[in-house]
Amino acid sequence: MTEDEIRAAVLAALTGVAPDIEDETVDPATPFRDQFDFDSMDLLNFAIALHRSLGVEIPEIDYPKVASLEGCLGYLSGKLQDA
Amino acid sequence: MPSLGSDMEAGTLVEWLVKPGDTVARGDIVAVVETQKGAIEIETFQAGVVDRLVVEPGTEVPVGTVIAHIRGEGEPAAPAPETPTPASEPVAPKAAKPRKPAEPTAPAAASRARVSPAARQRARDLGVDLETLTGTGADGAVTLVDVERAGAAAPAPVPAPAAKPTGDAAAAMRRAIAAAMARSKREIPHYYLATTIDLTRALDWLETENRRRPVAERLLYGALLIKAAALALKEVPELNGFWRDDAFVPGTGIHVGAAIALRRGGLVAPAIRDTDTRELGDVMAAFRDLVQRARTGRLRASELSDPTVTVTSLGENGVETVFPVIYPPQVAIVGFGSVVERPWSVDGTIESRRVISASLAADHRASDGHRGALYLRALDRLLQTPETLA
Amino acid sequence: MTAQTANGGTIALTYREAVRAALREALEADPRVFLMGEDVGRYGGCYAVSTGLLAEFGPERIRDTPLSESSFVGAGIGAALGGMRPIVEIMTVNFSLLAIDQIVNNAATIRHMSGGQFSIPLVIRMATGGGRQLAAQHSHSLEGWYAHIPGIRVVTPATLEDARGMLASALACPDPVLIFENALLYNDKGEIPADAGAVDIDRAAIRRPGRDVSLITYGGSLGKTLAAAESLAGQGVDAEVVDLRTLRPLDDATILGSVRRTRRAVIVDEGWRSVGIAAEIMARIMEQAFYDLDAPVARVCSEEVPIPYAKHLEDAALPQTDKIIRAVEHLMGNHG
Repeated sequence: MTEDEIRAAVLAALTGVAPDIEDETVDPATPFRDQFDFDSMDLLNFAIALHRSLGVEIPEIDYPKVASLEGCLGYLSGKLQDA
Repeated sequence: MPSLGSDMEAGTLVEWLVKPGDTVARGDIVAVVETQKGAIEIETFQAGVVDRLVVEPGTEVPVGTVIAHIRGEGEPAAPAPETPTPASEPVAPKAAKPRKPAEPTAPAAASRARVSPAARQRARDLGVDLETLTGTGADGAVTLVDVERAGAAAPAPVPAPAAKPTGDAAAAMRRAIAAAMARSKREIPHYYLATTIDLTRALDWLETENRRRPVAERLLYGALLIKAAALALKEVPELNGFWRDDAFVPGTGIHVGAAIALRRGGLVAPAIRDTDTRELGDVMAAFRDLVQRARTGRLRASELSDPTVTVTSLGENGVETVFPVIYPPQVAIVGFGSVVERPWSVDGTIESRRVISASLAADHRASDGHRGALYLRALDRLLQTPETLA
Repeated sequence: MTAQTANGGTIALTYREAVRAALREALEADPRVFLMGEDVGRYGGCYAVSTGLLAEFGPERIRDTPLSESSFVGAGIGAALGGMRPIVEIMTVNFSLLAIDQIVNNAATIRHMSGGQFSIPLVIRMATGGGRQLAAQHSHSLEGWYAHIPGIRVVTPATLEDARGMLASALACPDPVLIFENALLYNDKGEIPADAGAVDIDRAAIRRPGRDVSLITYGGSLGKTLAAAESLAGQGVDAEVVDLRTLRPLDDATILGSVRRTRRAVIVDEGWRSVGIAAEIMARIMEQAFYDLDAPVARVCSEEVPIPYAKHLEDAALPQTDKIIRAVEHLMGNHG
């Protein structure tokens, strides 16, 4: 799976949780919580969406690692390579 | 047009999901309505055949307006519209006759609409527009029951219905919240109690539990708090229900309204029905579904009118204690702050524990501080045995 | 259940026998009590209420009087002033008009005009009401007139318990009390506790609780009203029946409490419609419960004619169960 594909899946999951987010406005480094007012429910829904689209199970303990776009892409490409 | 809470005065019909001739069952979604709380799906509370759609899509109508006629099958003339009135014979010879040769089905069409004093008073309290009602009382008068049917969930007394900029949904929701909260602070003598609850055991249990669960079934501690709040209400039922007509009316069932902040401001508090009897996983699923739909899609009318109590949590933003405002006509709201690590004395030794502040705002007309205190104590006790909340 | 036989703590008797038992008890209990009126002694009472009492208590205490209402009511007032506890029987309320000067100008006023120095502990019993084909001069219901007068108390026993128990309370009252016995009730039969005694003469009673409409009545109309309520129950209308019991002073708390619960009221009154006790009750409801009402207050009264002799006309002139039902149906609209 290419980085672009992962990126597309992450953005899709993100806009699924918050439809008003526009792809190009996502700041890669800022945590979603600060950027989009995400709460734990949004993060959970985000994780569920990623699990559905990519098949990646993100354990609770790893939630901080997927809290921003940048972190998310790094974490997921690592996970998908491992697999 | 059903009322979706104590703060709704009007709604715009967006789309019909049924057409004349369709058969509908109780609970079927028949229309989508744009309200101050966003687009809401409207269910029918009557089974039957759709007779006529009265309100055109795109039209804004006040709460209580007949939007469609549903012909009940074999049922006695139902609350709704189109009741053929002649049933009672006109005994009194002096009964005012309609002055204008209007439709003969409207015997109440005297110079002034016939509305009983009790109905008029209640309509004022509920913000129901009397002009939109069909009376079922003596000589076609609008009665208390007619008003209460229209105002199902007791909408708030709203300031003069000035022209609304319908475009600005956020501003409309702001006004709705303003009306409800102003009414709350004007009418409800709140009392506030708070306590700090050791949540360590509950969170440990939750972490273990979540390790077992697939991602889609994971639990947030918020669900645990909601379930505990519901179960504690069984012990102090006078916090679960409504204050109406100078009396407490107990809720039928415990339906916790979960306060959900919307991303661009505003909030809604839809109900998780029968919270106390559901399994925790089920509460979580319902909670998650409500949050998702509140923020991205549509809530249903009944979800907004059902809550018998509200639970709010502001802990994720670092707030230590919440002093919540009751959503009328409910009589209580439970607030939770952040989970924080604090030095805590356990059996005489100081440990670091994860604790949370739980607060209760309750209507002093319906309950007293003593009962409120018992409620928080029950809540604390329940949260010490998380496995019993599953 | 005709004779007075003890039966598990209750006794079966008629309304007439209940009044007689009350008289007998009063005569036995207090030597100051005596009964006076037309035909109460040798004849045994025009409605046979006092039958047997002359033999039992003697002519000093069961006194037949001349046919002169003004004089024997006046004598009763004098006796009460002098420390006795007279019970004066007037044959019907129509005849009481001959004594109205004594009742309104003397009995009702003396406490007030004497600055409280004198009181008139007098009880006047009289029959009232129509329905017996006795024509206009014996059939009227003028208790509402007396309820207009300050200084007297007006009570209307409608049940066996009240027929048995109101006399003792009336005798205990330091002011004149008028007891109106609807003559149609004298033959009513039923059971009351064997030890039934004094009952209050202050409060109205809810004879049948209900949610949808308050039927407010008294005396001879109570039975018809209860029958109407039963019939309405079959139509899904849950009527509450309030028995006023005392017409003066009216028990506002019970009346308004009921109306506030049900939000609808029908007054059933055998008096004429205009300027009657029903009008007074309606006025009080307007004054004190207007915003609780969900329908106009209605009344079922006698038609505005002297009560006719002919049976079909008399029936048509008086409040009847079907009239009460129709009035309620109209009030309920389509709520059913």
